[in-house]
Amino acid sequence: MIGVISYLVFFATTASILAIAVLGLNLQWGNTGLFNGGVVAFFGAGAYGTLILGGTPQAGHLGGFELIYPLALLGGMVLAGAMAWIVGLLTLRLRHDYLAIATFGVAVAFENLMRNAEWLAGGAKGVRGFERPLRDALGDGFTYNLIFFAGVLCVLICVYLFLERLVASPFGRLLRAIREDEEAAQSLGKSPARVRLTAFVTGSVILGLAGGLYGTFYAFVSPQDVLPTLTFQIWAMLIVGGAGNNRGAILGAFLIWGAWTASGWALSRFAPVEAQLYTGSVQFVLIGAVIVGMLLWRPQGLFPERLVVSQTGITPQKEQGA
Amino acid sequence: MPDPILAAEAVTAGYVPDLPILKNVSLAARTGQITLIIGPNGAGKSTLIKAVAGLVHINSGRILVAGREITGQSADRLASNGIAYVPQNNNIFRSLTIEQNLTLAARRAPAQTGVPLESLYAQFPALADKRRDKAGTLSGGQRQFLAIAMALAAAPRLILMDEPSAGLSPKAAQEVLEHARTLTAEGVSILLVEQNVNQAMRLADHCYIFAEGRNQLDGPAAELLNDPVVGEIYLGGRRVGAA
Amino acid sequence: MQNLIDGILTGSYISLGAIGLTLVMHILRFANFSHAELLSIGAYAALVCDALVSALTPAFAAKLGPLSLTWSLMAAIVVSMIFTGLSAVVLDRLVFKRVREKGAELSMVFASFGMALVIRNVIGLIFGLSPELYSKDIAFAVVLSRDPLLLVKPDQVFVLLAALLLMLILHLILSRTTFGFSLRAVAENPALAQVNGVNLNRTIMAVWLIGGALAAAAGVFYGLSHQIIPVMGRDLVLPIFAATIVGGIGSVYGAVLGGFIVGIAANMSVLVLPAGYTPSIPFLLILAVLIMRPHGLFGEARA
Repeated sequence: MIGVISYLVFFATTASILAIAVLGLNLQWGNTGLFNGGVVAFFGAGAYGTLILGGTPQAGHLGGFELIYPLALLGGMVLAGAMAWIVGLLTLRLRHDYLAIATFGVAVAFENLMRNAEWLAGGAKGVRGFERPLRDALGDGFTYNLIFFAGVLCVLICVYLFLERLVASPFGRLLRAIREDEEAAQSLGKSPARVRLTAFVTGSVILGLAGGLYGTFYAFVSPQDVLPTLTFQIWAMLIVGGAGNNRGAILGAFLIWGAWTASGWALSRFAPVEAQLYTGSVQFVLIGAVIVGMLLWRPQGLFPERLVVSQTGITPQKEQGA
Repeated sequence: MPDPILAAEAVTAGYVPDLPILKNVSLAARTGQITLIIGPNGAGKSTLIKAVAGLVHINSGRILVAGREITGQSADRLASNGIAYVPQNNNIFRSLTIEQNLTLAARRAPAQTGVPLESLYAQFPALADKRRDKAGTLSGGQRQFLAIAMALAAAPRLILMDEPSAGLSPKAAQEVLEHARTLTAEGVSILLVEQNVNQAMRLADHCYIFAEGRNQLDGPAAELLNDPVVGEIYLGGRRVGAA
Repeated sequence: MQNLIDGILTGSYISLGAIGLTLVMHILRFANFSHAELLSIGAYAALVCDALVSALTPAFAAKLGPLSLTWSLMAAIVVSMIFTGLSAVVLDRLVFKRVREKGAELSMVFASFGMALVIRNVIGLIFGLSPELYSKDIAFAVVLSRDPLLLVKPDQVFVLLAALLLMLILHLILSRTTFGFSLRAVAENPALAQVNGVNLNRTIMAVWLIGGALAAAAGVFYGLSHQIIPVMGRDLVLPIFAATIVGGIGSVYGAVLGGFIVGIAANMSVLVLPAGYTPSIPFLLILAVLIMRPHGLFGEARA
């Protein structure tokens, strides 16, 4: 019994961490209309940053600053945010494709760098030597996992509340205005590029937070954790759940992660031995099909964006004939 | 009485389906004449031209060419209906040479009745000299003439012109408008939108005055030329309800 | 110097891939992340066709001179170009057109991500994951000079010449034929092109056909110099995008120049950086272009 619960806790922890990432992406795409083609790079920056800043000194690569955990996590988030700021500054005034390509390039370059720069982050061997917070007090067992899960859940709820308030705030209205009609917003004196940059960096910081938590959970990160696969998974979660809707985003995370692990388990269980090599391919085809299928069938997601009414008591009137 | 070359009947149209700019507009352009549309900014003059050209969505109403309905056809069908369109801005391809612009324009003529380039060069000698230059290097006036030449390349029976004199010196503007007059002498009909009210009204046959998306008034251009009602409509003093 | 030569050869197939992409990006206004998969489709289609032709007419299995190419492979390249061009049109009809009609342009970028995944892995499921080669023979390099040591394989020369030939043909089409004018017209101003009688849907179809055909050639050329693996598209996405950005989105000549720049830069980079960093070079080029000249060498902001 404990085994099943233990597995569920494990599953839910990962799903929650990914849900935080999806929320960050939702801010970028759902609320602001920005295409982040390299989600995994910001996620990875958070993970690597946290582990390097908070870990014990390791022979052969940078690290071991042994900062206290909250600082290490913050460091990871700042790293993600800085990357986002540079990329955003260069591309956000140009057509939207540039951001997509540039972020995709960032992801490629990030993985490439982490894989090759042994002096920086251990190369293919990854970053080890990270002490999970409160490990001394709570040990390594089921109790720890449960408490960690509770912690992650808290962070998820906090991020959710933060974003919900953001969407209802003047800044959120500004984001929507820019998304709907940029010229009108510009005429009001708002700088769309700067607003978008803020949204992009904030979203990326949240991605970094998720990455930091992920690295903490496994106490290890390697280039294998920053492959484009993760970008596709997080995108699929957002598309399925509903872009623009934070609750949908969280649900999408759990749904897709559940489907991914379930399909992985089913394939390894039922597929013949010779075909085991191809289970990955099948999963990729499925996720690609889910992405394309959702876009064709229900692009707004399972839980479409709810219209936010910023002033209660006033319902929009249909325009009378002029 | 033969059909007008172009007739718009109760056309309501706009760039966005929920926001019509033209409201219930009716208009007729007679064959072999210059029909002029004038009016204050935002009156919907260009929008009507674009609706005829198939570039703007028509919510209701009909467009007929010589009695045949063409409502809702896409813009690439213009030539097969014998219509050519000279937009106000961006009316030539800057990255192509004059010759390439004209060749492209001539090719769309239905059943190869296109005008041979040499005859176009004879009409517009300034273009002939620069035929291998990229159109982007031309002056404003020369670009207008190229745009008109491109319109003529498919031997149209009706040309839609949207403010052809915009941005031109008074002399160049006069040349363009007078050239329009000579075209009608050859049997081509012209539907003309202009801000250059005085010059245009002297050359036009019939004139429509638009304001706020509706046809406020129309009549022979010579009569309206001296009618103070024109100024009133421009200044907003006089409005007609649903036509 | 050897790196420069290798760079030029790499550049030739990146250029071919970039031409199709830059046209699609400009006319349809979306970054097609699945374009690189057209190279894979082309490479595999040629593989299949080559095997078929060789089996049906053994005489065609003879090699052309010093090249490792056989007559059947040459025929296969042509067939593959047609097949891949048609595949591109089909993919557009099935997926991109429908997404286009439903709304946001950005959804198309999305959809292209998904399509890339599907295509790449379906190829893997059909053909298996191990690398393939067009010819099992070892190709011997010709020594161009001994000092500095310059080696060139006859296949590589063929690839360069063939690529240049294809580009020349495209150039002639664009600068001499009315169809070429109509393509450039649509790239510059689609509404005005329509007004001048150009049918947009047919032009879009032509763009996919040309892009797909060139991509197929690029895929085969890549396969001649490297191996053919199902995920070859994944490694080509960024270099091809970099080429379009360097050259300027919408400019065919820019794409050609950009492709060679990317190829040369990537190959010359090993002189200063360890070889493992080569995949990042296209990204650095993109950054450089965005900082110095965002619209690329020949690009302009679209009207």
